[in-house]
Amino acid sequence: MRPGDSQEKRNDWPHAIRDGMLGAWPICLGYLAIGLAFGVIAQKAGLHPLEIGCMSLLVYAGSSQFIAVSMLSAGAGFFAIVITTFTVNLRHLLMSSSLSIYLRGLSHGWLSAFAYGVTDESFALNVANFRERDWDWRRALVLNHTANLAWIGSTVAGGYGGQFIPAGAFGIDYALVAMFICLLIFQIRGALYLVIALISGIAAVLLSICIPGNAYIIIASTAAATLGVLLKRSGLSRKLGESS
Amino acid sequence: MIQTDYLLIVIGMGLVTYIPRWLPLLFLSRRGLPEWFAEWLDFIPAAILSALIFPLLATTGEPRHLDLLRPELFVALPTLIVAIKTRSLAGTVIFGMVLYWIAGKCI
Repeated sequence: MRPGDSQEKRNDWPHAIRDGMLGAWPICLGYLAIGLAFGVIAQKAGLHPLEIGCMSLLVYAGSSQFIAVSMLSAGAGFFAIVITTFTVNLRHLLMSSSLSIYLRGLSHGWLSAFAYGVTDESFALNVANFRERDWDWRRALVLNHTANLAWIGSTVAGGYGGQFIPAGAFGIDYALVAMFICLLIFQIRGALYLVIALISGIAAVLLSICIPGNAYIIIASTAAATLGVLLKRSGLSRKLGESS
Repeated sequence: MIQTDYLLIVIGMGLVTYIPRWLPLLFLSRRGLPEWFAEWLDFIPAAILSALIFPLLATTGEPRHLDLLRPELFVALPTLIVAIKTRSLAGTVIFGMVLYWIAGKCI
């Protein structure tokens, strides 16, 4: 049993569904913008809205879907597309590892249902919520699947007529960037975290310029986290802590 | 109708996307983790969020190159300050969107 789970109120689904759905709003807003754009591009590449919905349901990973559509229209084959998708989405391995701390003792069935909804956005929001808010696995699971529905709905809608919606209205393209900025601030819980975040970010920029693809995300973040453990163990963090 | 070739590709994509999301949850949520690994995982959210955002703000194009004059980056600085001062997700998201919208109108 997780801490806080003992309260009767936290265990019931209706509250979890309400909190999880409401909590998903920044992601839904962002997915609406990206999903419509994806739908339009996929439709132009010759995919039927039904095929677009099928990909959003079975894959549910934005950037890899964009890449797959461009590869499909370039005539790429099964293995090229599947291997590219694997490398693009491998970063979720780190996110699920990090989330596992908060999902201890959950049954295999629920864990499997949860895994489906692990994206950059749901990871960032759920990790912050587990830490800062009255949050549990039910709320996190509902948040994941609410975001998923928003993604499927907006990609299909884009396939039907997203070109009629003005691009960039109300700054909606910036919703996820602003969300990530805020959630990063929530993660900076001391001088050492700030140092690690800066190193990871700068390393990611440099690597992203030098190497194609998005391996820079995994390389920069694992290297920075490793450095974080080494610095913490070397006792440097105490000095940093005193100076802050 | 959905073509069989297309469906196979999408199923393949789905499997290789799902497995890395699934395996760590299955294995790591069941066992005690060594202390160093728990510490390492504790740094992952901050590290990975930075690694996602920084290139988004400071690079552009294909192939990617450094570009520090983008509205994305200019808008990010006040958005960052709002996030620090308010610690409000809703406030930060709405502020960032509105400012980015205005920036788009001005440029």
